[in-house]
Amino acid sequence: MDGTQRLEMDTISSNFASDHLHCDVLFCRAENYVQSNDWQQAKKVFIEFVEEMEWHFTKETDVLFPSLVERNSNALGPTQMMRMEHEDMRQLMEDMQKQVDNRDADNYLGLSETLLIMLHQHNTKEENILYQMADGLLGADQREILAQASAVKKQGAVIL
Amino acid sequence: MSTPSRLSLTQAPPISVPLRFFFTAPFFGILAALVQINAGPDAVSQWTPTTLAITHLLTLGYISMVMIGAMSQILPVVAGSPLPRPLLVSSVVHTLLTLGVLALASGLLFGRGEAVLIAMFLLGAGLTVFIGAAAYSLILANADNATVSGMRVAIVALAITVVFGLRVAAEHVLHLDLPIAKSWTHAHLTWGFIGWVGILVISVAYEVVPMFQMTPKYPQWMQRWMTKMILVGLLFWTSVYLLAIIDSTIWNILTLLLSFYLAIGLSVFAGVTLYLQSQRQRRIADLTLKFWRLAMVSLLLCTSLWVVGQFWPSLGNWRNIGYLNGMLFIFGFAVSVIIGMLYKIIPFLVWLHLQRQNTRRIKLPNMKEIIPEQRIRWHFVLHLMLLPLLAGVAIKPVWFVYPAATLFGISSLLLLFNIFTALRIYQGYYTSM
Repeated sequence: MDGTQRLEMDTISSNFASDHLHCDVLFCRAENYVQSNDWQQAKKVFIEFVEEMEWHFTKETDVLFPSLVERNSNALGPTQMMRMEHEDMRQLMEDMQKQVDNRDADNYLGLSETLLIMLHQHNTKEENILYQMADGLLGADQREILAQASAVKKQGAVIL
Repeated sequence: MSTPSRLSLTQAPPISVPLRFFFTAPFFGILAALVQINAGPDAVSQWTPTTLAITHLLTLGYISMVMIGAMSQILPVVAGSPLPRPLLVSSVVHTLLTLGVLALASGLLFGRGEAVLIAMFLLGAGLTVFIGAAAYSLILANADNATVSGMRVAIVALAITVVFGLRVAAEHVLHLDLPIAKSWTHAHLTWGFIGWVGILVISVAYEVVPMFQMTPKYPQWMQRWMTKMILVGLLFWTSVYLLAIIDSTIWNILTLLLSFYLAIGLSVFAGVTLYLQSQRQRRIADLTLKFWRLAMVSLLLCTSLWVVGQFWPSLGNWRNIGYLNGMLFIFGFAVSVIIGMLYKIIPFLVWLHLQRQNTRRIKLPNMKEIIPEQRIRWHFVLHLMLLPLLAGVAIKPVWFVYPAATLFGISSLLLLFNIFTALRIYQGYYTSM
């Protein structure tokens, strides 16, 4: 996920979907470390995962969603739904963090299973519908919005 | 281009919409097992009315029941377009389908033409309402992806299956004493199995196989063409098979070639799925993955057995080859996929709907606390043991039919128990919120 790769992705859909892929990789790595009881690595990768998730959420809620609603007020409902699902996922990640601290693999894996499906049904809706709509609504403004999005600062893992 | 006007990322249907279908399915599984136990080994070979009754308890009462429930849940996610009036539509479809299957099975079992006639109206109406609602949702879909286009094809196939089914049933009602015209029956089951069940599983696999196990995505060419190619193959096969315009030698060769084409299509799907699963990023080999793998291996066995049968007459002419292939498809392929999926969908839906109500932020159970993995593992073991027993039934019905039917009855009972306890957890938390 370096800058050069990003610049080639001029559409909202390809750019934001690549964030999803990146988070998936981190999710898996963290889960695999938990499963093999390597808690040091698990914690490190989990923190990175949460950071990337938060960064992606912020890019959406601070830049992408407002730009869509500004252009078409009908986008308000769907983006509010997406915000709500971000909250659901934050709660799950908070609970997972506790399991990492307690080194409780069973509970972590039960929660990660839940997060995985939550995350993917959320991503599916965004990739199949919302981002496609964004490509159309933003048209030539996509570059500008993408530039604004990538200027969003990583917060660090807020919940940690 | 999609317009946001009907964009519905919001509407996951009420939890009762999919769950009424999921909860009903195991009852039909238990019923099918009881009917088989009562009928004994005689019902195994060829199309006796009892075999037809058991087959429809399984294909309509169990398999289609779950698939319709799952579609009502998955349409808003993959297509951004829910079923219209989901509560009303699901109540009507579920009621008509349940009563229709019961009427059909009892009409066949007790030789009552009027019950079959009632079943034709109930099932015809119920499935038409579902096909209409799903078509409405799929036509207005905001998304255009392989899953959505595959589901469109599956709905077309379901409609054709229903028409052929009504045609066969009409014949049954009008001439109860005559043997059922074999070619219409064959066309009906080919569309039902390969068209409706096969294509729907393929379409859903495009989304869920990468989702659950983090495998690579299915190849682009496959996503774009496979379901359409199977549809075209089925259409050609049906015209050649039913119309028989050309003289019989060419007709037979053409039918055979088209059947090969369909068998290859299904085998490629199974092979690619197994390959993708072997490339998964997630190291956890969970039980849904095992159910899916079992399904794909069964599908490969089913198609291979059929192909080998065409070249090896002593296998091809064996009277129970059709039974064995049917069992491999129904239990090995369709039921395995369904069980694997239910154990992901149900705990997730329970969690999701509780989460939505959870304004006081009480601690919710995670998916593995809603249906414990151990109980899913028991179900997997029971289901795995069932498959060799079913092969045994085809070879030596007298020995194997009772153990196989009993085992499937128990396995359906366990499914019912697992769904029931998940619902109890939902209710417990819901009332405390």
